[in-house]
Amino acid sequence: MSDVLVVSEHRRGELRDVSYEAITAGRELADARDGDLHVAVVGGDVGRFAEDLNRQGVDAVHAVSNGEEFDHNVYQSAVGALLEGTGAEAVVIPNSVNGLDYAPAVAEAHGYPLVTDAIGFEYDDGLTVTREMYGSKVETTVDVTGDQFVLTVRGGEWAPAEGVGDATVEPVEVDHPESGARVTGFEEVGGGDVDIADADVLVSVGRGIEEEENLELVEDLADALGATLSASRPIVDNGWLPKNRQVGQSGKVVTPDVYIAIGISGAVQHVAGMKGSDTIVAVNTDPNAPIFDIADYGIVGDLFDVVPELIDEFA
Amino acid sequence: MKVLVTVKEVAEPDDDFAVEGTDIAASDLEYDLNEWDDYAVEAAVQLAEAGIADEVVAVTIGPERAEETVRMALAKGADRAVRVWDEAFEAGFADVAAKVTAFEAVVETEDPDLVLGGVQAADTGFGATGVALAERIGFEHAAVVNDLEVDDDAGVAHVHRELEGGVEELTDVDLPAVLTVQTGLNEPRYASLRGIRQAQRKEIDAKDLSALGLSVEDVESSLAITSMYEPESESDAEIIEGDAGETASRLAEVLREKGVGA
Ligand SMILES: Cc1cc2nc3c(=O)[nH]c(=O)nc-3n(C[C@H](O)[C@H](O)[C@H](O)COP(=O)(O)OP(=O)(O)OC[C@H]3O[C@@H](n4cnc5c(N)ncnc54)[C@H](O)[C@@H]3O)c2cc1C
Ligand SMILES: Nc1ncnc2c1ncn2[C@@H]1O[C@H](COP(=O)(O)O)[C@@H](O)[C@H]1O
Repeated sequence: MSDVLVVSEHRRGELRDVSYEAITAGRELADARDGDLHVAVVGGDVGRFAEDLNRQGVDAVHAVSNGEEFDHNVYQSAVGALLEGTGAEAVVIPNSVNGLDYAPAVAEAHGYPLVTDAIGFEYDDGLTVTREMYGSKVETTVDVTGDQFVLTVRGGEWAPAEGVGDATVEPVEVDHPESGARVTGFEEVGGGDVDIADADVLVSVGRGIEEEENLELVEDLADALGATLSASRPIVDNGWLPKNRQVGQSGKVVTPDVYIAIGISGAVQHVAGMKGSDTIVAVNTDPNAPIFDIADYGIVGDLFDVVPELIDEFA
Repeated sequence: MKVLVTVKEVAEPDDDFAVEGTDIAASDLEYDLNEWDDYAVEAAVQLAEAGIADEVVAVTIGPERAEETVRMALAKGADRAVRVWDEAFEAGFADVAAKVTAFEAVVETEDPDLVLGGVQAADTGFGATGVALAERIGFEHAAVVNDLEVDDDAGVAHVHRELEGGVEELTDVDLPAVLTVQTGLNEPRYASLRGIRQAQRKEIDAKDLSALGLSVEDVESSLAITSMYEPESESDAEIIEGDAGETASRLAEVLREKGVGA
């Protein structure tokens, strides 16, 4: 028997959805290991968070009352203290920007193997994790030696835990070293004239467009369709379009009626921002591009051939 | 101050590829400098140009083939490079801790004030090496940095960490530190012809485990890849067949049905 510790995530007063998904993954692991499921919430309004995290299947919520916002030193210390206090030997952490700011350090500090960005797992004699490689073109199974580990789980892969549990809520305060990384504030980026989240139809352009000059082509298509232009990250990184046009994990989440992805591979961080679109169309030269896995209509072809023809259709 | 940049040679599959055993067939892979590391190299070189860094050292764990990638970093302005490789790494999939052990040994000799790496390697996508390294060597750290200003006198790096949903966290990180660099931090330069020529003369110091004072057991991996396969498509996408004109006209029909362009 061996317990599992899930560390929840919150930002600016809200628990993030992936926290509840991590609980589901953690419960599966705890069942397989015949152990209890502990959930930690670190900082902020821990009383309220603890109540929300008390979902079915949670045995204990540890409300660590240090600080307000994310601080990796506090998280690392909290996890260390809870591993010692609970005897848990498996840690589940969201595979988020903040998760990746402390999960590797936790694994390192405790000498636990680390597997990140899990999309599934099986647990028989030990843990076998399913994860992607090569830009989502393949999946792999990874065997982990031993039964201690840190696992980070991708958002949207497990159903959120529901219901109300009968967990005990344990208030905790941890000692932690003075932080050598101090958060001084937050900044919202990507504001401005257009909000791509309002558009009914998006023509979205990716690195397949190759050159800034070629953007005119997709602008013409957007005009012809009465659509709004959006983009994948590299287009914005290159400064070809402003940040408020970026779709994805670090840009905007959009749910238009129609999303037309042109020369976009469909990386997980991009898909996170558009998979909720009603109809997804993809134009890509690579038949194995992962964007086709979530598309409703696909054209395997060269955008420089297809897009001009499509503009003509609507001219 | 001295800056160490970790640079990985990453593999990208061709449009057509086959899986052989637990990896993609070598003949179906192209190699390149990891996109995120390109931004890390640029950040380091800019620190040198600003007179903040006196030396930029690139380090990689990779076979001889990876020297081509390392030369790219040298051509862009890194002063010299260290390449770690050993038969022990050929045996299987090196986990984060194994790589960190090798980097730790390099850090001990090089004694950098700042280590820059990428947020993630494009091929294996662990997103973990920099933060694990920081913990091992007792440096501070920040992950997913998309804005960087180094105040050498104060011993602080002022960074933005790019969180989800268009929010950036402003953080002051004490040096020495490891930072993982996000794309968009800067505009990576192309290597100039002069840079490429100079890179030929720059030193790439190849080291095996024993040269680092390590043994095979020190880099034993706790992970093993046991299978690789192409995922089953979750959608039943209609793939529109035909030449450009035919596909465009069928797509136009679909779009009109959805009320687009009406
Ligand atoms: C923490 C983090 C956050 C991120 N956030 C985001 C985000 O918010 N949004 C985002 O988009 N990305 C994000 N990324 C980056 C993401 O991982 C990918 O690098 C990015 O989405 C790739 O963009 P792309 O598809 O345009 O380029 P690529 O992956 O390079 O794909 C280009 C595609 O174009 C196709 N192509 C090439 N030529 C043609 C042609 N002539 N005709 C048709 N098709 C062609 C190719 O086959 C390929 O599939 C993030 C990454 C990290 C690590
Ligand atoms: N074999 C390697 N050689 C050099 N740098 C590496 C290697 N593996 C990982 N890194 C560095 O660590 C970063 C994150 O990689 P990963 O944690 O594997 O996703 C990369 O962007 C590199 O800077």
